[in-house]
Amino acid sequence: MSPTPPQLDSKCPSGPISERWDKHRFELKLINPANRRKFHVLVVGTGLAGASAAASLADLGYRVSVFCIQDSPRRAHSIAAQGGINAAKNYPNDGDSVQRLFYDTVKGGDFRARESNVYRLAQISNQIIDQCVALGVPFAREYGGGLANRSFGGAQVSRTFYARGQTGQQLLLGAYSAMMRQVGSGRIALYARREMLDVVVIDGVARGIVCRNLVTGAYERSAGDAVLLCTGGYGNVFYLSTNAKACNVTAVWRAHKRGAYFANPCFTQIHPTCIPVSGSYQSKLTLMSESLRNDARVWVPKQKGEPRPPHNIPDEDRDYFLERRYPSFGNLVPRDVASRAAKERCDAGFGVGTTGLAVYMDFRDAIRRDGEGAIRQKYGNLFQMYAKITADDPYHVPMRIYPAVHYTMGGLWVDYNLESTVPGLFVLGEANFSDHGANRLGASALMQGLADGFFIVPYTIGGHLAGRKLPAVSPTDKAFEDSERSVRERIDRILSIGGKRTVDSFHRELGKIMWDHCGMARTGSGLAFAKQGIQALRSEFWENSRVPTSSAGLNQNLEHAGRVADFLEFAELMIDDASQRSESCGGHFREESQTDEGEAKRDDERFSYVAAWQHEGVGKESTLHREPLAFEYVRPSQRSYK
Amino acid sequence: MSAPSHDAGSGRMRITLKIWRQEGPNRPGKVETHFLPDVSPHMSFLEMLDVLNERLIASGLDTVAFDHDCREGICGACSLVIDGRAHGPEALTTACQLHMRHYSDGDTIHVEPFRANAFPVLKDLMVDRSAFDRIISAGGFVSSPTGSAPDGNAILVPKPDADRAMDAAACIGCGACAAACPNASAMLFVAAKVAHLALLPQGQPERERRALAMVHAMDEEGFGSCTNHFECMAACPKGISVESIARMNRDFALSFLKEAPDLPTGSSVG
Repeated sequence: MSPTPPQLDSKCPSGPISERWDKHRFELKLINPANRRKFHVLVVGTGLAGASAAASLADLGYRVSVFCIQDSPRRAHSIAAQGGINAAKNYPNDGDSVQRLFYDTVKGGDFRARESNVYRLAQISNQIIDQCVALGVPFAREYGGGLANRSFGGAQVSRTFYARGQTGQQLLLGAYSAMMRQVGSGRIALYARREMLDVVVIDGVARGIVCRNLVTGAYERSAGDAVLLCTGGYGNVFYLSTNAKACNVTAVWRAHKRGAYFANPCFTQIHPTCIPVSGSYQSKLTLMSESLRNDARVWVPKQKGEPRPPHNIPDEDRDYFLERRYPSFGNLVPRDVASRAAKERCDAGFGVGTTGLAVYMDFRDAIRRDGEGAIRQKYGNLFQMYAKITADDPYHVPMRIYPAVHYTMGGLWVDYNLESTVPGLFVLGEANFSDHGANRLGASALMQGLADGFFIVPYTIGGHLAGRKLPAVSPTDKAFEDSERSVRERIDRILSIGGKRTVDSFHRELGKIMWDHCGMARTGSGLAFAKQGIQALRSEFWENSRVPTSSAGLNQNLEHAGRVADFLEFAELMIDDASQRSESCGGHFREESQTDEGEAKRDDERFSYVAAWQHEGVGKESTLHREPLAFEYVRPSQRSYK
Repeated sequence: MSAPSHDAGSGRMRITLKIWRQEGPNRPGKVETHFLPDVSPHMSFLEMLDVLNERLIASGLDTVAFDHDCREGICGACSLVIDGRAHGPEALTTACQLHMRHYSDGDTIHVEPFRANAFPVLKDLMVDRSAFDRIISAGGFVSSPTGSAPDGNAILVPKPDADRAMDAAACIGCGACAAACPNASAMLFVAAKVAHLALLPQGQPERERRALAMVHAMDEEGFGSCTNHFECMAACPKGISVESIARMNRDFALSFLKEAPDLPTGSSVG
């Protein structure tokens, strides 16, 4: 393998892993409290990462401007996370530790994450819980008043903190309230209904952004000393996903086109327990928290075309396929493993429901054991949501579930400081690639978003602000003018196409290509086919899409068109990344690389690296850079959940 | 239940929509009629609007603007009044979780935006609810700067208190309470936040100041007074109880007595 290119210096500290973050923090430059107000930080996105970063930077005394795409920062998609947030508190006294959370996360990510980053995440996890409790997050409690924990997503310790089935909502509202306190104090300026369309780079450093005001249609320039992208993941490249409708790749893609490398874009997570697709009008998919797997048994009938309704099928005619294949982890195997196992049964013809693309998730035994009341207490809101969508009563009929796109581990490449390859451009939360490797464990996304925002970037940004010369810039500078012009020209071009097909139809077609060829299973030939399909679809989009032009101001279809145009460029990079990685790892399953038992087979000799892509122009082949991964503390092994 | 019902018959429905159209703030609005010949009972209400918009684009017309995002009933973006009711006919259900199986072939459905002075219409069914953010920024928080927290279990919270705090914290900030209230009062929204934090030990130091500040902010935003109609509770998709309002009034009265602040006249707490 060639040596690490200089621009991919991870800046991970050396020395014993447990001391690295301390050592690094000590070595980072500090900014005098009186000087902090001279620095202006632009934060894009107000999910857990953005809201917690904005609040913490304002607490430190920086001037902060915050931009979000929704009508209120409280609606960022972190709000929809259900299950919980991990921390190594070991309150249940079951043997958890920072070391164990670190180990589980590196292993769960199938050895494709940086050890230094993951260790720091595990260390910080405990502080996050403390901070959230202090902010008034109403976590579940034991009768003695202490915080309650549960086991989640394949962990063999109970380290997950939760607030009913609405943990993301409660954490986000906590971070949002901390941010809004600083909006009230005047340290944060809040701009809602703004979409970031470009990063302005001056003398090689990120110094501002250009947004479109989604109400008036005006282009707005903002200059600052650092830009934080906290804009979430790109799961909606598949059209159908559990992401909210506004989730998109645009902010990070535009930053990528300005020089930020994109890392591991093919690492996407397919969540095993979602409500199956019901019709062609389907606009999104709904997750059923995997906490349900703690009390559910997943099965399909042993007989193909089984005519009996599920509750009339006796146990001997049921195939509890997760328990059969993975006796030690059973229904709690990690997400990628559970998803593939469900796909395998459905592909083999054992799926249920009208489409045959579903398996049963059954609570019968738990209800018999603990009573319906106990199950209602734990999962009442999830059962209610399921019943609303499907009109089935999951207390009496097993849920039907199928895997769906849920999270993207890939994202903009960042170093240990969460800084991208564009100096001054930091990337936090799901938008970066940093900590989850090739598969994210349950209840780890909330942890990472808040770690980045509360406890990492507030320190590491000092290294940038104190360490670099940052001459004054103004929104009237030529770089801003050029940026605004390019943004405006792209939108004007979309408005002028005047074709016949709706933007949504392009998005759906792109999603189908990606799901069929870059979803739960991928092959070299399928990926090559998909690449051609994407290129053809992108050409057609720019010739034949149709956006209502009656409104130059508030125009939701125009917003969607801009995002789909970016997805059509980004999708090709995802395909390229999946093509070059001919091993299987985590959520990336190449059919060419599997064990005799059909499990993902890694190839550490050839692929123990982060793939970081450099943009060379739309329609041109991107350049692949490799950051080698070294494992000093967790020896890579074939993951086994048997 | 024998057969899972969302596989059951695909009986398509003919639906007539009477939809509020308004080009922008301060522009006149009107009701527009659209006919959809082929609505699946398994669609969500918003998916039906998606279908309508696809048809409008095909006809070269402007699409109906409406706020939506998670479509799981948690982000609080949807803001539709359906047949005169905020979020429509189903109790404890946001518009995005309302499914067309609750309607019948041949139905006519009226769709309007949330109406309240403090929620000006931006376009069609889309309103500006930033007033809620400003109310939160006035006091809907615990002042705990990052890094200053004690260990999580240093603050014990009796389970019943935590559960009640969670009941109030479940508010999604959609604004249905204000839209349903004959006075367009935001009392339930404000009270839910006040109650959530007042029930927890972490919320005690700022408890009275919080109630006072948030109520003042609510008044300044132009929300009306609470006169105990309780339409808010009926419309709330998360089942937030008006008990929160009683709790807030107590905190408000206490802080009022202690601090004797200058209240604007016509304050909504009575």
